Amino acid sequence: MSLYEPHADMTDTGTSRSIPDRLTSPLRRNLLGWESLLLIVGIAIFILNSFASPYFLSAWSLSDATFNFTEKAMIAFAMALLIVAGEIDLSVASIIALASTAMGAAATAGAGTPVLVLIGLGTGLLCGAFNGALVTRLGLPSIVVTIGTMSLFRGISYIVLGDGAYRGYPATFQWFGQGYVFWVISFEFALFAVLAVIFGILLHKTNFGRAVYAVGNNPTAALFSGIRVQRVKMTLFLLTGLMSGVAAICLTARLGSTRPSIALGMELEVVTMVVLGGVSILGGAGSIPGVVIAAFVLGLVTFGLGLLNVPGIVMSIFTGALLIGVIALPRLIAKWRK
Amino acid sequence: MNIRNIPREAILGLVIVALCGVIAARFPAFVRPSNLLSVATDTAPLIMLALGQFAVILTRCIDLSVAANLALTGMICALLNMAMPGFPMVLMLALALIVGAFLGAVNGALVWKVGIPPIVVTLGTMTVFRGIIFLLSGGSWVNAHEMSDSFTQFPRIPFLGVELLAWIAVIAVTGVYLLVTRTPLGRAFYAVGGNPHAAVYTGIDVGKTQVLAFVLSGALAGMTGYLWVARYAVAYVEIANGFELDVVAACVIGGVAIAGGAGSVGGVVLGALFLGVIKNALPVVNISPFWQLAISGAAIIIAVALNARSNRPKGRIILKKAEHTHEPV
Repeated sequence: MSLYEPHADMTDTGTSRSIPDRLTSPLRRNLLGWESLLLIVGIAIFILNSFASPYFLSAWSLSDATFNFTEKAMIAFAMALLIVAGEIDLSVASIIALASTAMGAAATAGAGTPVLVLIGLGTGLLCGAFNGALVTRLGLPSIVVTIGTMSLFRGISYIVLGDGAYRGYPATFQWFGQGYVFWVISFEFALFAVLAVIFGILLHKTNFGRAVYAVGNNPTAALFSGIRVQRVKMTLFLLTGLMSGVAAICLTARLGSTRPSIALGMELEVVTMVVLGGVSILGGAGSIPGVVIAAFVLGLVTFGLGLLNVPGIVMSIFTGALLIGVIALPRLIAKWRK
Repeated sequence: MNIRNIPREAILGLVIVALCGVIAARFPAFVRPSNLLSVATDTAPLIMLALGQFAVILTRCIDLSVAANLALTGMICALLNMAMPGFPMVLMLALALIVGAFLGAVNGALVWKVGIPPIVVTLGTMTVFRGIIFLLSGGSWVNAHEMSDSFTQFPRIPFLGVELLAWIAVIAVTGVYLLVTRTPLGRAFYAVGGNPHAAVYTGIDVGKTQVLAFVLSGALAGMTGYLWVARYAVAYVEIANGFELDVVAACVIGGVAIAGGAGSVGGVVLGALFLGVIKNALPVVNISPFWQLAISGAAIIIAVALNARSNRPKGRIILKKAEHTHEPV
C-alpha cells in the first residue's frame, strides 16, 4: 500500500519508524501502545452497552454478539498479514460469495458435509491463487487486481444464481454456523480463538512472520537479504483466500442459504477491523492481538447498537467515525505535542 | 509501426468501436445514432465521477466515498425540493456542487491535516455519508410524486437534441481537460503523483494539491448526485451503492496509473464509455444483466494487465525493483 502514502512523510522529519535514542521499557511501551488504547475503548463500550440495555449482560446474549465479528475476524487475521506485507485483498467478500455458490451447487447435487467443506476451502484457495498469480507473476498492483476480481468472483455467482438462491444444506453442515462446542461457546467462536492463536504465532514467532514484516517495510531490502518476496506474497494471498473459504463455510452454514449478494460489503468491514487493530495500511507494522481486540470492539459496537434498535445503516456512521477517529487521535496528539 | 507507440486512447477507442461492431452485426439497432446517444447520456454520471477520481488518483490518493457523496448530495437536493418546490434549478445545481465540494474537502482535510491514508479516510467517510443520508431521510424514500416537475425534468431538458445531462458532462470533460493540461494546478496534480519529493522541491504544496483534487472529485460527485436523483426521480439511502468501484474501474481501464502521475482525460472518458457500452449492450444481445458484474470485473483485470505490459521500462535494468522481479518465486 505504499502507493497511498500521505504527503506527511515528506513534511514530518520524525516518523514513527525512526530509531529512538533510548528504548522505552516494555511495560511503558505496552501501556501506551495501540492495543491498550483500543482495549480501553473496548471496555468503555462494554460498560456503556451494559448500562444502555438490560439484555446485554447475559452469557447467551454475549455469545450471540460474537457472531457479529467471528467470520469477519477469521479473514481479518489473514488480511492483517497481507496488509503488513504491503498488499491488500478487496475481493474477500466476493470469494465468500463464490465459495458459497460452489457449495450450494454441490449441496443441491447431493454432496455430503465433508465434500462441501472441501469445496468451500478449495474455492477459496483457487481464488487466492488467482489474485496472487496476477499480483506476483504479472506485477500488478493488488488494489486494482482485487477490485477487478471482486467484481469477477461475485459476478460468477450472479451468473450461476441470478436472483435465485441455494437452500437445503445438510443438517451436519449447518453445525459449522449454528453449533456449540461447549455451553455458550459456539463453534465459530472456538474456531476464531484457535485461529487467533495460530495467526499470532505465525506472525510474531516464526521466520515467515518476520519475512512478512520485512517485505512490508522494504521489499527491495527484503529481496537482497534473501527473502523470496514474491513467494511470501503468494502465500499470503493463498492464505487470505483460504480464510475467506473458511468464513464462507461458517457464514453459509449459519444463514442456511446462499444468495449472490451474500457478505456484500464485508471486505470493507474486514479492512476496517484490520486498520482499527493498528495495522498500518502502508504496510510493515501491526499485530494480531490488536486485530483481535478490534474484532471485539467492532462486534460490541454493532451488537450494543443493535440491542438499542439502532438501524444498521446508522451503525455504519459509528464504525466509520470510529475508524477515522481512532486513527486520527494518536496523530493529532503527536501533532499537538510538537 | 510498433504497437507500443500507438496511444492507449486509440487502442481503447478501437476496442469500443469493435465492440459496437460485434453487437451491430446481430443487432443493428444498437448502433443507431439515437441509441448511441442514449448510451452516452446514460454513461454521463460515470464519466463525471471518473473525471474527479482521475484527479484524485493522479495525486496518489483514492476516493472511495464518491458514490456515497453522490447519494448524500442527491438526498439533500431531493429533501430541499420537497420543502421548497419553487427553488430554482440552476441554484440547486450550484448548491449540489458546493455540498459535494464540501464533502470532498472533508476527505481532503483529513488526508492533509491529520495525515490519515486516503484509502482509510474515504472508506470511513463512505460509510459515514451513507449513515447521514439515513439520518436525514429517516430511511424513507423520496419518490417522483414528491418532487416538483421542474426538479425531475431539469436533466432531461433538450438542447440541440441532446439532454442537458449530456451537455453538463461535456462541459465537465472540457473543464477538467483544460484544468489538467492548461493550468498550473493540473501540472501540480501530475507532479505530485509522479514524484512527491521532487514536487516539494519545485515549490508545490503536496497536501494542498491533494485537497484540491478531493474537492474537485467531491464537487463533481455532488453535482452528479442532484442530476442522478432528478433523472431517476427517486432518492433513497442505497442509491449508487458500489458505484465507486465502477468509477475506479473506468479510470483503470482508461489507463490511469493507480500509482499516480499518469493518465489522460481522453482515456478516462473512453474507459467510462467502455463500461457504459457493455452495460447497455447486455440486455440488447439477450445476455442476462447478471453477467454484467463478471464482465466488468474481467475487463478491469485485462485492462490493468495490458497497461502493465505497455508500461514496462525499456532498456537494460541493472537493479530490478523487488516489486517487479519475475525471477522464479
